[in-house]
Amino acid sequence: MNDADASETIKPKTADGRSKIRSAALNIIPPFLFGSLIIGGWYFISYVMLAENRRFLLRPPDKVVTEGFLDWGGTGGMAEMLQSLWSSTKVAGIGLFCAILLGLFLAVLMSQAITVEKALFPFLVTLQAIPILAIVPLISFWWGTGQTSRVVVCIIISLFPIIVNTLFGLQSAERGMHDLFTLHHANRLTRLRKLMFPAALPAMFAGLRISAGLSVIGAIVGDFFFGRGEVGLGQLIKRFASRLQGEELLTSVILSSLLGVSVFLLFTWIQNKAIGKWSDRAGLV
Amino acid sequence: MTDNNDAALTFDDIGMIFPDGTETLQNISFPIIKGEFVTVVGPSGCGKSTLLKIASGLLEPTAGTVKVDRDRLGYVFQDATLLPWRNVTQNIELFCELHGMPKDERRELAEAAIELVGLNGFENHYPKSLSGGMKMRASLARTLTLKPPLFLFDEPFGAVDEITREHLNEETQQLFLQEGFAGLFITHSITEAVFMSTKVLVMSARPGNIVAEFDIPFDYPRKPDLRFDAEFARICGEVSKELRGGHS
Repeated sequence: MNDADASETIKPKTADGRSKIRSAALNIIPPFLFGSLIIGGWYFISYVMLAENRRFLLRPPDKVVTEGFLDWGGTGGMAEMLQSLWSSTKVAGIGLFCAILLGLFLAVLMSQAITVEKALFPFLVTLQAIPILAIVPLISFWWGTGQTSRVVVCIIISLFPIIVNTLFGLQSAERGMHDLFTLHHANRLTRLRKLMFPAALPAMFAGLRISAGLSVIGAIVGDFFFGRGEVGLGQLIKRFASRLQGEELLTSVILSSLLGVSVFLLFTWIQNKAIGKWSDRAGLV
Repeated sequence: MTDNNDAALTFDDIGMIFPDGTETLQNISFPIIKGEFVTVVGPSGCGKSTLLKIASGLLEPTAGTVKVDRDRLGYVFQDATLLPWRNVTQNIELFCELHGMPKDERRELAEAAIELVGLNGFENHYPKSLSGGMKMRASLARTLTLKPPLFLFDEPFGAVDEITREHLNEETQQLFLQEGFAGLFITHSITEAVFMSTKVLVMSARPGNIVAEFDIPFDYPRKPDLRFDAEFARICGEVSKELRGGHS
């Protein structure tokens, strides 16, 4: 057989110096400009639209930095906020881990038997449709107001995207590929391991990235509602709001948001490491 | 029909009616003798691919029987069906892996197959960075690792450009000579059918049955220039005439 025609190969594009700079500029300048616009608007509202006696409604950014981020000591200081952040991170992490295990298990189960899929799916949709605040009282009846309940809230809130995306991914392998495995007498487990599971990875990661953010929301909502035990960001937010501590409130909101962004980026990084070489879906978003 | 002990594949009075009532195949009977390369041409929807699926066991016919050894059957699909998460070598090793072959042995077979189809230097490339022609070569190599005595080709080169298709025809023909497998090839292209085959069968429109059979007299290996030969053109014309007859 002839040598493969090199001209037939689509060589991976290697970015030269100029296009790298252009790409970096494109990634940095628009969000920087938009961020500046937001901070400008924030200042405008604080100093122009709000009278001094009503400025507690939206404290200006520099006050948030000096009194929120840079004030370490005392009640409501940065040290306490970081401790709460760590508590919420633990709850979100444990909740997400449990949701991943349960979600993958259910998705695999549903992919293997249509009757299981038909039986479970309506109930998963129902669970997803119930507003989390509506079942939080029930959760506190059953599991109390400690860490377990917060983890349960995280699991409930982050489970659905994992199941739906993983199931979609498991069912996404092309018919021709299944035929290949059938022709070579592959058993169910081999088909799952070598075909369905790898084919599901891009969709699974899409679900994980959504769920990671939801899990952080779950940790904060749970903490906010239960309001007892180890202090998380939810309890701090509640306390700062009731005491009209605008700077600290905004600081803890920003920390919550940073936690969400961090877990999203962590899963994006894992995704790129796991499937970046072969999938077109790998990337920042 | 012929009952031949040298047959690599025998269709005996095959009929196929799908559950929705569509009759796709009717009274198909022919053998493929070892060393033969038989091509089936026919209009779209006449059941050519269904015939291959029946041969491979992916579909059960509603009438008739198929005699074939399915343990080491080679099947090349319309699409290369490479697994995107495996590089070229890993894709080519797949069938050996599914057959439980030890790693060293399958790596050796994959390397030999890569050499055979000329994909050296691309062993670690993933399918997304290969051209259509190279994907088909990888797909051929993957099937070659099992050294199948019978190859089923389901319009494998339909999605590549004309020049690449001609190259792949010549390369497949060379593999046929080197490896000595029997082949059942499905295509829409009359030129491809006549160039590749020892025999061309023409199918009618649905429900498909065999309406004409042409023995192709040219010796192997066939040179690319054969396509400009007067006899070659005459046979293509005859096949085309039968095909149009079967279509109407």
